[in-house]
Amino acid sequence: MTQDIEQLERIASQIRRDVLRMIHAPKSGHTGGSLGCADLMTALYFSVMEHNPKEFSIDGVDEDLFFLSNGHIAPVWYSTLARSGYFPIEELGTLRKLGTRLQGHPTTHDELPGIRISSGSLGQGISVAAGAALAKKLNGDEKTVFVLTGDGESDEGQIWEAAMFAAGRKIDNLIAITDYNGLQIDGPTDEVMPLGNLRAKWEAFGWTVLETNGNNMKELLETLILAKNELGKGKPVFILMHTIMGKGVDFMENKHHWHGTAPNDEQLQLALNQLEETLGDY
Amino acid sequence: MKKYTFTEKKDTRSGFGDGLLEAGRENPNVVALCADLVGSLKMNAFIKEFPDRFIQTGIAEANLIGVAAGLTVGGKIPFAGTFAEFASGRVYDQVRQSIAYSNKNVKIAASHAGITLGEDGATHQTMEDIALMKVLPGMTVINPCDYNQTKAATIAAAEYEGPVYLRFGRPVVPVFTPENQVFEIGKAVMLNEGTGVTIFATGHLVWKAIEAAEILEQKGISVELINIHTIKPFDSEAVLNSVRKTKCVVSCEEHLMNGGLGDSIAQVLARFFPAPLEYVAVDDKFGQSGTPEELLAYYGIDTPNIVLAVEKVLQRKKV
Repeated sequence: MTQDIEQLERIASQIRRDVLRMIHAPKSGHTGGSLGCADLMTALYFSVMEHNPKEFSIDGVDEDLFFLSNGHIAPVWYSTLARSGYFPIEELGTLRKLGTRLQGHPTTHDELPGIRISSGSLGQGISVAAGAALAKKLNGDEKTVFVLTGDGESDEGQIWEAAMFAAGRKIDNLIAITDYNGLQIDGPTDEVMPLGNLRAKWEAFGWTVLETNGNNMKELLETLILAKNELGKGKPVFILMHTIMGKGVDFMENKHHWHGTAPNDEQLQLALNQLEETLGDY
Repeated sequence: MKKYTFTEKKDTRSGFGDGLLEAGRENPNVVALCADLVGSLKMNAFIKEFPDRFIQTGIAEANLIGVAAGLTVGGKIPFAGTFAEFASGRVYDQVRQSIAYSNKNVKIAASHAGITLGEDGATHQTMEDIALMKVLPGMTVINPCDYNQTKAATIAAAEYEGPVYLRFGRPVVPVFTPENQVFEIGKAVMLNEGTGVTIFATGHLVWKAIEAAEILEQKGISVELINIHTIKPFDSEAVLNSVRKTKCVVSCEEHLMNGGLGDSIAQVLARFFPAPLEYVAVDDKFGQSGTPEELLAYYGIDTPNIVLAVEKVLQRKKV
């Protein structure tokens, strides 16, 4: 666990390389959101979360837990899990291939260490995380539950059921983060389905709301630590995390085309040239 | 014909409520959730004794299912309760992804199932839920027949590791199975041995099938009667053992013909021992308002209809 910003940025660079190479191999996967959330995943797993990669258990007693509601950005999660020691990094090359534990969307079905629920069909993760946070309270376990959702995912009604529930039941060991890159498959979120003032909405639902630049490691880390400090005060905490879809690869940045597109051979090389290999490719 | 009697009528949902309380006393990890139907699901005794282990979600069934799935992470055994329609159809995808595909130890407590929900009408009367739930890989589907059996099934569901859809109902029906019975998930119960025809029944229609078998006995027909309280995993062996003897079958359920008990039986027959089968089930229709007994008669799933189905299948057996 480190708070060395430069070291974390180096890890994030490697994770971005992993993501691109993982998705390039099967010519299939969600590149844009994965690149945008590489900094968050790095900050959580290499700095903020107290967790136990070597002895993974579904129950995660006395550990911080993370749930990925927007399951389509599985590549960035898989890379982060492997790089933090949950399973061998060589396995990253199996993404989306027949027989892999690294399914197109995350699942417990194949017992991949680090995964505690299946996700992919959107909108379900905050409910699940709220349930896991309640279980921690019932068990007298004082650790924290994190959950990440996409911004387009806010179109789903269940998100708002969960928002009302977690505040109403005072689940104050829960931090929900929305990746606000402003783009979804069909285009800008404010065209596909205007989200309005997300900050005001979460505040109105009764959450403590923080806002951060999810692609600035220093600011992100400070916000996550602040979020943890806000726990235990009777309210769940929401972080509106501004990111750039495709962050780190200039021709992918802010282009919704890259939501679910894999790079071809040439694009992969161009992209990798922009990202330093810091930990060694798998 | 073995004689079945009853001294009282009770609703199966009360069997659930009392079973939940007992399971809660047995295991501190048992928790209960409800989407604003505590009274209907008879959860009050559990809530009174274990207020900290009850979670009210409000009228938000998708969230109910997600929260229940999350509670299993940490070792809880959640019973998530609402009406059967809202516990299956409304949240099919949440059940599929967060519970079944994730293999979570959630017990879906589905009350007011079937047409006997009565006066509220078709919006609340699910006759599709067995089909929806049994098709999910790894899902156990239980449909007990009376108060005692529902109580035992609830306790058994708590002890079983894995997702369960537990289906029960609203009306008071005869209590005829033994008190404190041992409930074996996936194991059919022989109610009467016979040689001429087999009636397989589930849920509320088990008692109707008993009434029908008594009428048929007076007509000189030897009926084998089997209670299929678990639709999945399906006791194929019980079906085959009986049909090899009787050579014809009637299935009885408070569900649509499509995808219910009858179809599970038909699959076994088609694959292993072809024999004529008559369905006592609702044929591709939604329900409507009425009293439970009126509706059972109107939709052709009451005692006289079981008698007719047996007579019909016996004709087919002769051919």
